[in-house]
Amino acid sequence: MITKRIIPCLDVKDGRVVKGVNFKGLSDVSSPVTLGKYYSDNGADELVFYDITASNEGRAIFTDILKEVASTIFIPLTVGGGINTLDDFDRVLKCGADKVSVNSGAIKNPDLIYQAAKRYGDQCVVLSADVKRVDGVFRVFAKGGRENTGMEAIEWIKRGVNNGAGEIVLNSIDTDGVKGGFDLEMLDKVCNAVSVPVIASGGAGNVAHFVELFNALPKVDAGLAASIFHFGEVKISELKSELKKNGIPVRV
Amino acid sequence: MVAIIDYGVGNLFSLVSSFKAIGVDAVATSDKKVIESAQRLVLPGVGAFEDASNKLFSSGLAQLVLEQAKSGKPLLGICLGMQLLFEKSFEYGEHKGLGLIKGQIRPISEVIPSDLKIPHIGWNALKFTKDNQLFKYLKDGDFVYFVHSYYGAYCDDSVIATAEYGANLTAAIAKDNVYGCQFHPEKSGEIGLKILKAFCETECAK
Repeated sequence: MITKRIIPCLDVKDGRVVKGVNFKGLSDVSSPVTLGKYYSDNGADELVFYDITASNEGRAIFTDILKEVASTIFIPLTVGGGINTLDDFDRVLKCGADKVSVNSGAIKNPDLIYQAAKRYGDQCVVLSADVKRVDGVFRVFAKGGRENTGMEAIEWIKRGVNNGAGEIVLNSIDTDGVKGGFDLEMLDKVCNAVSVPVIASGGAGNVAHFVELFNALPKVDAGLAASIFHFGEVKISELKSELKKNGIPVRV
Repeated sequence: MVAIIDYGVGNLFSLVSSFKAIGVDAVATSDKKVIESAQRLVLPGVGAFEDASNKLFSSGLAQLVLEQAKSGKPLLGICLGMQLLFEKSFEYGEHKGLGLIKGQIRPISEVIPSDLKIPHIGWNALKFTKDNQLFKYLKDGDFVYFVHSYYGAYCDDSVIATAEYGANLTAAIAKDNVYGCQFHPEKSGEIGLKILKAFCETECAK
């Protein structure tokens, strides 16, 4: 039986992990290599590296770091941030990424998903969507959640899957950072609209929120979070044993 | 030295790094002399069967891999590389494989319930169906990472492990010096590295 995946997300700027990482016992807590290895050794099923650098220089540092991560850690790596062209796919795949996540790049150029899926396979293309309720309608936001595109989210995600996206990361802007639990209503809508794996993001504040997520929505394949893992509020090993105790299949 | 056959399909970075991590010299190559001088061969692959098969046969590497395998040199196919070891595949048409393993590659949709997602993607447990030295450092139920929509069918003689996903799908095969994993050892953490280590300790068949 396939297990539910737990995925830490690391934001990287100029080659360093940002978002305030706070780990005891790690010599260099903002090194993507050190932190990636820590997570990999402690039960993470997959890692997401998000490049939040804006400059070309920072991007070059990111690809070097990615190579180093990929030669140290032998679990699936997803890379996102600044993916606008097939050349961007090529750049990160050559450094050892297994999947590439597109967000604003696909909004600017919806054909990107189709082209990338055709060249690298559906399993390689992850559509990441930042979604927020506006007057009761789920809308897709671009540019890190700052800009309302006006597009209806379910339609956008379905279109992405039809074009070849093999996986969806659904980030609810409404629950992100609130730590009150995942956006079950939004996730349920998306899970019922597409047949590819859906990764829940935004809102996890404790272990119980993950138990609630997988119990309430058996169709959700994975839970993604950042700061609660980085700050040690939720330890992946403890999270997984709690999920297992609740009858949710996990890799332990 | 392990030669990872580079026939222009997919990226071999993680695979080369995995062998380095277990202290084994590995090189991604399409050079006949290097392949002939290697102690072991790995046939990798991601993407579509037809394209990969065409590239393997048109480059002449298929013939070379066949010769090498028949001489007794240990060969490990990974993911699509495992599928290429079979006689033929029914992924978008009918395409021939290397024929080192008796059986066919068929869509998993033929055998799993329709409410399960395709591809079969993520971590799943191995169930051993035969003793094999490839698993000498593993225990039944260890988890490995899968990404595939097609599976090895009609190959009961060679199956050494399955994974349960609405059906018992072929997870690994072996016949003499020819081995194959449907999953990705290079993405399966410590367990995957142990499989690669065991492969590097297999004997030549002749």
